[in-house]
Amino acid sequence: MRSIIHVLILSLVTGLWFVSAGAVDDAPPFEDAVLQARYEKLTHQLRCLVCQNETIADSGATLAADLRRELRKQLAVGQTDDQVIKFMTDRYGAFVLYKPPFEPRTWLLWLGPALLLLIGVIVAFRIIVKRSRLALKDAESESERDQT
Amino acid sequence: MWKFLLPATFFAVLVGFFFVGLSRDPSQVPSPLIGKPAPAYTLPKVEDPAQKVTNADFSGKKHLVNVWATWCVECRKEHAVLLEIARQNIVPIVGLDWKDDLASAQQWLQQLGNPYVATAFDEEGRVAIDFGVYGAPETFLIDEQGKVLHKHIGSLSMEIWTNEFMPIIQGGK
Amino acid sequence: MNMSVELGHFALILAFTLALAQAFLGLVGSFTQRDHWMAAARSAVAGQLVFILFSFGCLTAAFLRNDFSVLYVANNSNTQLPMFYRFAAVWGAHEGSLLLWLLILGGWSAAVGVFNRAMSPVFTAKVLGILGLISAGFSLFIITTSNPFERLLPAALQGADLNPLLQDPALVAHPPMLYTGYVGLAVPFACAVAALLEGKLDAAWARWVRPWATVSWLFLTLGISLGSFWAYYELGWGGWWFWDPVENASFMPWLMCTALIHSLAVTEKRGLFKSWTVLLAIFGFSLSLLGTFLVRSGVLVSVHAFASDPSRGLFILAFLTICIGGALSLYGWRANRLKSDAGFAVVSRESFLLFNNVLLVVAAGLILLGTLYPLFIDALNLGKISVGPPYFSVVFLIPMLPLVLLLAVGMHAGWKQAKFSHIKKSLLIALVLAAIFSAVMTMLVFKRFSLLCFIGLIAGGWVLLSAIIEPISRFRAGHSLSPGIVAMSLAHLGVGVFMLGVTTVSTYTIEKDMSLSNGQTAEISGYQFTLIKTEQVTGPNYDAIQGTVKVTRDGKEVTVLYPQKRVYRVRTSPMTEAGIDAHWQRDLFVALGDDLGNGVWSVRIQYKPLVRFIWLGTVIMALGGLIGVTDRRYRAKVVAQPAETVAAPVGV
Repeated sequence: MRSIIHVLILSLVTGLWFVSAGAVDDAPPFEDAVLQARYEKLTHQLRCLVCQNETIADSGATLAADLRRELRKQLAVGQTDDQVIKFMTDRYGAFVLYKPPFEPRTWLLWLGPALLLLIGVIVAFRIIVKRSRLALKDAESESERDQT
Repeated sequence: MWKFLLPATFFAVLVGFFFVGLSRDPSQVPSPLIGKPAPAYTLPKVEDPAQKVTNADFSGKKHLVNVWATWCVECRKEHAVLLEIARQNIVPIVGLDWKDDLASAQQWLQQLGNPYVATAFDEEGRVAIDFGVYGAPETFLIDEQGKVLHKHIGSLSMEIWTNEFMPIIQGGK
Repeated sequence: MNMSVELGHFALILAFTLALAQAFLGLVGSFTQRDHWMAAARSAVAGQLVFILFSFGCLTAAFLRNDFSVLYVANNSNTQLPMFYRFAAVWGAHEGSLLLWLLILGGWSAAVGVFNRAMSPVFTAKVLGILGLISAGFSLFIITTSNPFERLLPAALQGADLNPLLQDPALVAHPPMLYTGYVGLAVPFACAVAALLEGKLDAAWARWVRPWATVSWLFLTLGISLGSFWAYYELGWGGWWFWDPVENASFMPWLMCTALIHSLAVTEKRGLFKSWTVLLAIFGFSLSLLGTFLVRSGVLVSVHAFASDPSRGLFILAFLTICIGGALSLYGWRANRLKSDAGFAVVSRESFLLFNNVLLVVAAGLILLGTLYPLFIDALNLGKISVGPPYFSVVFLIPMLPLVLLLAVGMHAGWKQAKFSHIKKSLLIALVLAAIFSAVMTMLVFKRFSLLCFIGLIAGGWVLLSAIIEPISRFRAGHSLSPGIVAMSLAHLGVGVFMLGVTTVSTYTIEKDMSLSNGQTAEISGYQFTLIKTEQVTGPNYDAIQGTVKVTRDGKEVTVLYPQKRVYRVRTSPMTEAGIDAHWQRDLFVALGDDLGNGVWSVRIQYKPLVRFIWLGTVIMALGGLIGVTDRRYRAKVVAQPAETVAAPVGV
């Protein structure tokens, strides 16, 4: 609770360097290592909304703690990762996902990097082919070169 | 050579986006609940913890759900506005006291006045998660069928009430 | 009432008028060939620096004497704040950090005014004129929207204190370093614009721009690295990079500057890629301005955003449009004049550097795409989304893996036409050694195989070994080592070290959150962590709970750590001060969480193998840059002789 107050006060009064202190998850880990790994992976993919730009794994805000607790409960009763993610997006929207799903509005986001690379490589090849047909001469006139 | 103009064109598009972006608040996250049924809840009543408050109590009525807490600085500012809205008696306001201390919440209502027809006490914050609450105060407008019509994040003002909520309330009548 | 505050404000206004004079005299003087105007521009640079220094000094003095009649001081300082941090508090928030920005720009401009023997006075005057325009824009920004000298009357009795997060020795060095890098990019930018104005660009131009780009790059490298190190131990969660918009804003100019340094090498040696080099120089500074806009306008949500204010955002956007838009339009108009008809073989150093450039620009482009995507979606009314580490850490590999693999080979490619016959064997041996090392690390040392880590370690190891082949073979052949060769080898060695660190720490970190009571022990990776006690301690302006955690291994004591949870008295915000045992091969990291009652504390314990390699790598890279700029040919007069033999591959 304190940290929510702190976040609110900070945002209202100073609005500056908006960071809450790091969090430590105080819940006991799952006995099952696979379940614990899934839990850690999911908490590192979900965004805490009050604390600007932190995952719920790293945020000290109480909302993050509540969401971690909820996530833990759901994993314990056997919900799949997709079901957990759906639970979150149904309530908070796609904003909580640090890894946006692949859908029409994110096509450019996910395909953009490969597209950029493709364009870059094509341009580079065209330049290389063009240049490889030209004479290998130097930038400065030959007389300037000091060939030692 | 048109290709040398590409960077400038690209930059012009970016500037357009930035200009639009300046007028947006990136920390305001719209609720995916709009147009969907509001979550069901059954919680103790702040005014009398022996009683329960449930969403069924308000089915068939257009009403507001206002999320607040005594630790919330903005809520204190908002309280006067809520009292005024309650006085207008257009829609009932249901309170959702989020992650709070019961005694302080009761004291708050006694001292500042109670605009709520009932206040549900969400000690664990579980119902707040169902509502997708991320920072008090937040206010939901719910219709007769229990569907969420509108959500406002941050404290209400009479201006927001008149301009944002009233058209929806009247439009639906 | 101390008059020095008003004097500081006044000096700032004078600096603004001098910047205007510098811009006018420099640009008009160079176009009309008026020598005395151009000389006056140089005097304006000096005068401007003096006034900004004076202004900066006045603000610093206000902090040192706790003058809470100055709003900025009252908001960011406190009588309990240690003296050391009162210095740093000058640039601890928006207004003062802009003044630091301006001061550094003044410093860079003055440096251009002094070290310009290699360039014609007409060209220098243009560069100074453009720098004057930038300086005028920034000082006007400070004066109109972010005045650090604004009075608070009546004065506050006590200040609101510096943000606790910033009360750290690293803060003293991090912003000045980063800003020196950011602002330094203004010099290559101004040179690029000046070259476009003159419509010509030759090898002497490239040779002159190289050290400016390299020095900016080395400061950027150190600044970003320091910021990451600071986040590592101060934010309390042991992460060193979060792909936060602010971090991305500093990383994009770095990538551009890295590309620029390599492209400049080609332009200097071969007279190629001229328009491309100019574009990179413009992009570099544009991205650093863009970063300023993103961080200070509030268009993006970030962990460490400054207070946002729409009028500030609008001002920077207008400034951005004039600066970048102007430069890019000029580019569109004049870039076709920068031609070259030199050729190179398909396999040559030029080809490798071309791919280096393409991949670095793609990397910067995808970071820009990911950082701005939420803004695009919002502006198009398509909702709100987040793009974070799970996106960046995956797509960033797309250009980066090919980049490092090409790097290992490309370092040894000769100009015009590369022959690898003499080096093929060494490269293959290096690759085999790297593969053996990677196999040992993944399968025997950490005993958990991961394909990505296996590839990453091979690439890192290969780059590292490949970087030392050249100097060793030259040394054995009895050749002297030029600073150019040493610089290139060191910088690339740093890349290798960095990659080994990043790959290992991101795959093999062990992180456990648990609750411990006094006397209880937890075991992680063979180390036993025992919580001995927790006690209340008091600092100059904070109170803290300090834990004492004894670490043992095989019954022997390794270290005792003292993680703290501080509450700074004025802002009452909790801060985590991690206890870290640093070692070259691993860090042990303990952060204190919450008091769970009955002497039980939640604790985050981490074992981070090779995490130091990350920062060690960046320091080695920066050292490479430092040696690179000592090369004598950069200080030679007007027409310099290339120092190396033609056959020797030289680049940064």
